[in-house]
Amino acid sequence: MSDSSLRLVWVYPDLLSTYGDQGNALVVERRARQRGLDVMRIDVRSDQPIPTSGDIYLIGGGEDRPQRLASERLRRDGGLNRAAENGAIIFSVCAGYQILGHEFINDLGEREPGLGLIDVVSTRGEGERCVGDVLADIDPRFGLPQLTGFENHQGITHLGPTARPFARTVIGRGNGTGDGTEGAYNDTVFGTYMHGPVMARNPQIADLLLKLALDVNALPPTDDRWYEALRNERISSASQPA
Amino acid sequence: MSGNSEPLTPRAKLAVTAGRAAAAVSRAAGRGSGSVIGGRVALKLDPDLLGRLAQHLDVVLVSATNGKTTTTRLIAEALRAAGPVVSNALGANMPAGITSALAGGSDARFGVIEVDEKYLAGVARDVTPKAIALLNLSRDQLDRAAETRMLAEKWREGLAGSKAIVIANADDPLIVWAASSSPTVVWVAAGQEWKDDAWSCPSCGGVMQRPGDDWFCGECGFRRPAPSWVLNGDYVLDPHGSAWPIRLQLPGRANKANAATSAAVAACFGVPPQVALERMYSVQAVAGRYDVVSFMDRELRLLLAKNPAGWLETFSLIDPPPTPVILAVNARGADGTDTSWLWDVDYTRLAGHPIFVIGDRRLDLAVRLEVAGLDFRVCDTVDEAVRSAPPGRIELIANYTAFQDVRRRVGN
Repeated sequence: MSDSSLRLVWVYPDLLSTYGDQGNALVVERRARQRGLDVMRIDVRSDQPIPTSGDIYLIGGGEDRPQRLASERLRRDGGLNRAAENGAIIFSVCAGYQILGHEFINDLGEREPGLGLIDVVSTRGEGERCVGDVLADIDPRFGLPQLTGFENHQGITHLGPTARPFARTVIGRGNGTGDGTEGAYNDTVFGTYMHGPVMARNPQIADLLLKLALDVNALPPTDDRWYEALRNERISSASQPA
Repeated sequence: MSGNSEPLTPRAKLAVTAGRAAAAVSRAAGRGSGSVIGGRVALKLDPDLLGRLAQHLDVVLVSATNGKTTTTRLIAEALRAAGPVVSNALGANMPAGITSALAGGSDARFGVIEVDEKYLAGVARDVTPKAIALLNLSRDQLDRAAETRMLAEKWREGLAGSKAIVIANADDPLIVWAASSSPTVVWVAAGQEWKDDAWSCPSCGGVMQRPGDDWFCGECGFRRPAPSWVLNGDYVLDPHGSAWPIRLQLPGRANKANAATSAAVAACFGVPPQVALERMYSVQAVAGRYDVVSFMDRELRLLLAKNPAGWLETFSLIDPPPTPVILAVNARGADGTDTSWLWDVDYTRLAGHPIFVIGDRRLDLAVRLEVAGLDFRVCDTVDEAVRSAPPGRIELIANYTAFQDVRRRVGN
């Protein structure tokens, strides 16, 4: 952590903040403050440079054209790649997840290069959009409870040899590859298709990012009864046949 | 139909009759007004019926993400100064519902029609409107994949050949993009509090600059057009520079914006602003919205907010703290089944209000309010929320199906 405050960077809200993913930044900030940390939240618009000294970077989902524009501007800027080289924690959702991979299909139907921070390649599915509640088991090395989220995408994301799946789906499509994977990560760079927003449904992921950023194994406990109530309801709702 | 033009063809007459019969059956079976089923039956028998019904009318179409139903009502009241009006006042705003409404107005001179955003271009082709009012576009029901900018693009393509006068909000870049393909546009500076769907230039994708009330794209020069009508506080300035007071029973800035746009529409039909605005005062509640009801010996004001932009405008019109507020959120089909949008709403604006949370998705809202650092109480029913609320009139804000649930319960 740099200086005395946690630097939380919210990347390109003007382009990638369509599906309530700003909630991830709100939850991380809230949970950091509940642990007595000072938080500096930095919202970076796409005509501004990405700071390279952030501790945690969050990127949300967006529509197809803004996704292409965001990828172009992030490649040109280079700041997020430099931050990753410095060991920053990066967590991305949906369109943002695809941008962090090697390439994805843009709004013009063409292959658009991404930032190559996660070893994945995304294409576009031919069938129906994946829309609905998801339930998945997170990679056991993180020791986190089940992942609950809402997916709304048409992407298919293939993992390369160095990426690990973030979770295995119990219900829902996740990466859309049919192999049951959902999301991916390389070191401290994470991607998921989960909205909800995902941190509101899984505050333990926000805590995971904080622990990685602070380089600690545990955080003081918080009163999580509303999160728990919501999790229980969503998990039980997803488990019931529609 | 008014006898000043060619009568309906026998086929169209048959279609209207069959539609009415189907609607009557549906009503008798207790399935609502029957307007949608009636319209579907009629359109099946005569696919061109909508156009035929409209050809005897001077039609204005109204579309937007928020404020369609209210603005349709305000325009209808204004135009009644000049002649009988037929309108889909209950908000059945897709082709079947519109057909049904028009079939019921055989003596009308004006058709004032609310149109669902996705159907605007098609309905505009079918009914050859004299005017089209476009209020605002913002994120709504995103799990249906209705991307906001794509919608603006479809409007732009659909309206390019229209002969209608387009009355459009100069303060919403997406609306300006959609409308500026039309040959005749009357720009109204109607304001738009919500800005988060228009930071990216709809034309070139550049980043929008938004100093004060102005906006422009720093890259391609796409910019706010000079308005000829301007909403200025409680007044609307007409193109001649005269300021007309807006006095409404409906609350809030957004309804003043709706009234300003309605006055500009009325002027296209020869109704002067003074007359139009005076008539709008009579509108008290629109399909239950803004209604103040008495329930369990308490007063409740019922407010509908379906999406982030709607919630933002609603927060600006409620009574100040310590007025109690009940929030009701569902996520059924008509609402969109994703609740992520709650995180685009700035609930810290409710600080100081006692807050009570109900609805199918009250736990989503509870987490949202917890993260916003607000005090709140989660209740199982509207009865429990009303019982728990401290004294004073209660503001109840609900999204679509939650609003209907509340109306049923409070007997409105």
